[in-house]
Amino acid sequence: MIQRVGQTSGFDEAALVAQAQRGDVEAFTELVNRYEGGIFRLARHITQNPEDAEDVLQETFLKAYEHLEDFQGNSKFYTWLVRIAVNQSLMKLRKRKSDASVSLDEPFDTGEENLAREIAVWDPNPELLYSREEIRAILEKAVESLPPAFRAVFALRDIEELSTEETAAVLNLSVPAVKSRLLRARLRLREKLTRYFKRKGEDLFDYL
Amino acid sequence: MITCKDFLSELNEFLDDECSAKVRQELEQHLSECPNCWVICDTTKKTINIYRGTEHYVVPPEVHERLITALRNKASKLRHS
Ligand SMILES: [Zn+2]
Repeated sequence: MIQRVGQTSGFDEAALVAQAQRGDVEAFTELVNRYEGGIFRLARHITQNPEDAEDVLQETFLKAYEHLEDFQGNSKFYTWLVRIAVNQSLMKLRKRKSDASVSLDEPFDTGEENLAREIAVWDPNPELLYSREEIRAILEKAVESLPPAFRAVFALRDIEELSTEETAAVLNLSVPAVKSRLLRARLRLREKLTRYFKRKGEDLFDYL
Repeated sequence: MITCKDFLSELNEFLDDECSAKVRQELEQHLSECPNCWVICDTTKKTINIYRGTEHYVVPPEVHERLITALRNKASKLRHS
């Protein structure tokens, strides 16, 4: 389960899917074992809530099982799952909070946003400064601080490694919108992480 | 001449290797002359890599069990409908 998706989705995936489509629950269970980690992570990133993430996990695989015949093999099976999981996650998000703060629309842009303030070289080995748990907590806290509109794009593009086009299709956004959100998400995270990972004694400069 | 602002707006394409050779060369030129942009570029790349390098959440065993149980229920329901 520690292996990355993509490396494990090897040669026999198509065979497993075909078996599952013929009603073989064991074959489908094997697909669950492969992909549940990624789907659960994605659901947590988007919903920011463990209970919602578990619901999304179940709903995603149950829906996938029920609609297996709709999977044509045009995309990777994982991408198909991701699409279902994103839809379920967004529904949870909308249901849980109906206020505008969880809108997936672009946050109000004043055009004056300083995209990069903290300029500092990182320590060459941040993993020596913190334990694995601490680093994981730092990374999660940083993602959590992003507006949902940025978070979903970042999770799909940079964590699940979908293409810009796939991300746009999954989120129902234009390609330019995905690109601008990704840039802002990456720069904001960079900024947050710099506070933890910068080399000690490094000066900060004003920028832009 | 590329400004820092220009560089920043092309940063994604640069990092994702999606810009033309000509643009790439201009950006690299700017990087070699501008320490601030070099740091931004380097730390953004590291930001992406550190997230990509994180392993998957291991689904807690009880969550996995509930998923498998729900799946089997669904399967037998579908078979009997
Ligand atoms: Zn510059």
